[in-house]
Amino acid sequence: MSDIYIHTEKLCFSYTDADGKAEHPALNGISVDIHEGEYVAVLGHNGSGKSTFAKLLNLILEPTSGKLVIGDVELTGRELSDEEVLQLRRNVGMVFQNPDNQLVATIVEEDVAFGPENLGVPHPELRERVDGALAAVDMSDYAHHEPHRLSGGQKQRVAIAGIIAMMPKCIIFDESTAMLDPSGRREVLNTIQMLNCEHGITVLNITHYMNEAAMADRILVINDGELLMDGTPDEIFAQREILRRVGLEVPQCAALIHELRKSGIDIDGTKISTVEDCAELIASYYAKTSLKQEEQDV
Amino acid sequence: MYKIYLDHVSYIYGQGTPFEKKALDDVSLGIRAGCMTGIIGHTGSGKSTMMQLLNGLASPTEGKVLLDDYDINSRPEEVLEACKSLPPYRNLSKSAAKKAIKAEVTRRRRELCFRVGLVMQYPEYQLFEETVFKDIAFGPQNMGLSEEEIKARVLEAAEFTGIESDLLDKSPFDLSGGQKRRVALAGVIAMRPEVLVLDEPAAGLDPRGRDFIFEGISHYQKTTGSTVLIVSHSMEDMARYCDDMVVMANGQVKMHGNCKEVFSKVSDLSSIGLDIPQITQLMALLREKGMDVPQDIYTVDAAVSAVKRFLETGKGGV
Repeated sequence: MSDIYIHTEKLCFSYTDADGKAEHPALNGISVDIHEGEYVAVLGHNGSGKSTFAKLLNLILEPTSGKLVIGDVELTGRELSDEEVLQLRRNVGMVFQNPDNQLVATIVEEDVAFGPENLGVPHPELRERVDGALAAVDMSDYAHHEPHRLSGGQKQRVAIAGIIAMMPKCIIFDESTAMLDPSGRREVLNTIQMLNCEHGITVLNITHYMNEAAMADRILVINDGELLMDGTPDEIFAQREILRRVGLEVPQCAALIHELRKSGIDIDGTKISTVEDCAELIASYYAKTSLKQEEQDV
Repeated sequence: MYKIYLDHVSYIYGQGTPFEKKALDDVSLGIRAGCMTGIIGHTGSGKSTMMQLLNGLASPTEGKVLLDDYDINSRPEEVLEACKSLPPYRNLSKSAAKKAIKAEVTRRRRELCFRVGLVMQYPEYQLFEETVFKDIAFGPQNMGLSEEEIKARVLEAAEFTGIESDLLDKSPFDLSGGQKRRVALAGVIAMRPEVLVLDEPAAGLDPRGRDFIFEGISHYQKTTGSTVLIVSHSMEDMARYCDDMVVMANGQVKMHGNCKEVFSKVSDLSSIGLDIPQITQLMALLREKGMDVPQDIYTVDAAVSAVKRFLETGKGGV
């Protein structure tokens, strides 16, 4: 397996009340390793701490305690220089839920240039990065358009291009498809997949959509500030009861396989993340039993 | 019987400007009373514009919006022309009749906001009161109801939406996202609207929060017999809760019928960029693989019994 990119040990974070008195723990000791080039989905109900976790990873929030290492740099237990924080944010980009809150300029290409420009990228290179980023999200034709006239999916892709132009190693998507319609969602998910496969960018996708989580290499389930489950989509979706207990549901097709098994049909339940997998399971079970039936008939 | 009827409705944004856009293009559509109707279509298909026409937030550029056969955008002069020979107006002097009709039209116009409750996208951003109770009470208060009645309405709405009584005295801003959403929904339900219109009521919620919201809406609809319209992108939720479905694209109604009729046109749905429920896709795949399972399956429960029956007997029972 490739190198570890993000390493956390007993990472904790508490929110403090406005008057500075009461503390509300949001994250209670998360220890996890995320490898370079991995595609990880993060699941959990509202208020489970998954967004807090993401915000710690690029120091929008500072951990209350625990250890956080990104790349080879340890980011906890000492004062960080502004330079280091900037470097980190360049490496770990974030795309949020509402596309309208993330676009700052009045022309698409200027918006994409905003990040690298602030990093002091000099001119010929800036142009290349912007063009490259827009091409990567398939928005080159819109370079001179006004962002507010784009569809939700297009806006979100521009926001992603703005991150790509800073050449990050890792991108965190915090419910980035929640406000999009099905075609907008598909556009963004395809873009995420492409960034991961072709550009080797490490991806963390925080989502409520189980079908989206099924596309990842690995799923983390966070509940009440703790890491409850960690495994491949197949492993996670196999544990329907635990997921239900924390307010989550497996994809419809996986639910079907679970119900069939529960009702006494001895169908294989190990590969259930996608529609195709489930269809395959049912088909091979059918082939097996009808063969048996024929043998008996003979 | 239709609760709402759109009669050749068109709506044009920025008419006469370079940005002119026809959001609704000659739409005629009847919404059945006492049913849950789902409206699907992707961004820009005109569905949100249509929602806004239903309670007079916007008026159609052309055509009529009828609620119980009454044109909600009636102007007093038109009504006068139509009604002056009818009781109770025919016995009044011309000016008295005019005045009475004007008052009646104004009253109906005002009532419209209470009769057709609109729950916008992300309604929790519209919470503003000090306590949950006061926030839910805002609508009924504006209806001019008595204190007692207001209280009864708030408690009823809280019950429909599953808001526990100890939350009523809290600040709405201290609640979780899912709870806030339910408070916002309760604020509209407290007006006991005959028609409840919801734009993406479950967007951004986790599965449990989503179920809570849909159960609340369904509970209200069944108990009061009101008419509900839901705009959503989630075909799974639509299939589970709605009686009828309307599919919109490019400002027009492309399909209208019960869930079975609409979901059976899989290829049409795909061609306008919409999804069908995952479980329905699975059934289509199984059929492709030569298994004789029924195609008209939209929920997990239905799929379980259909697939089970097929595996045990080798027959789909279509």
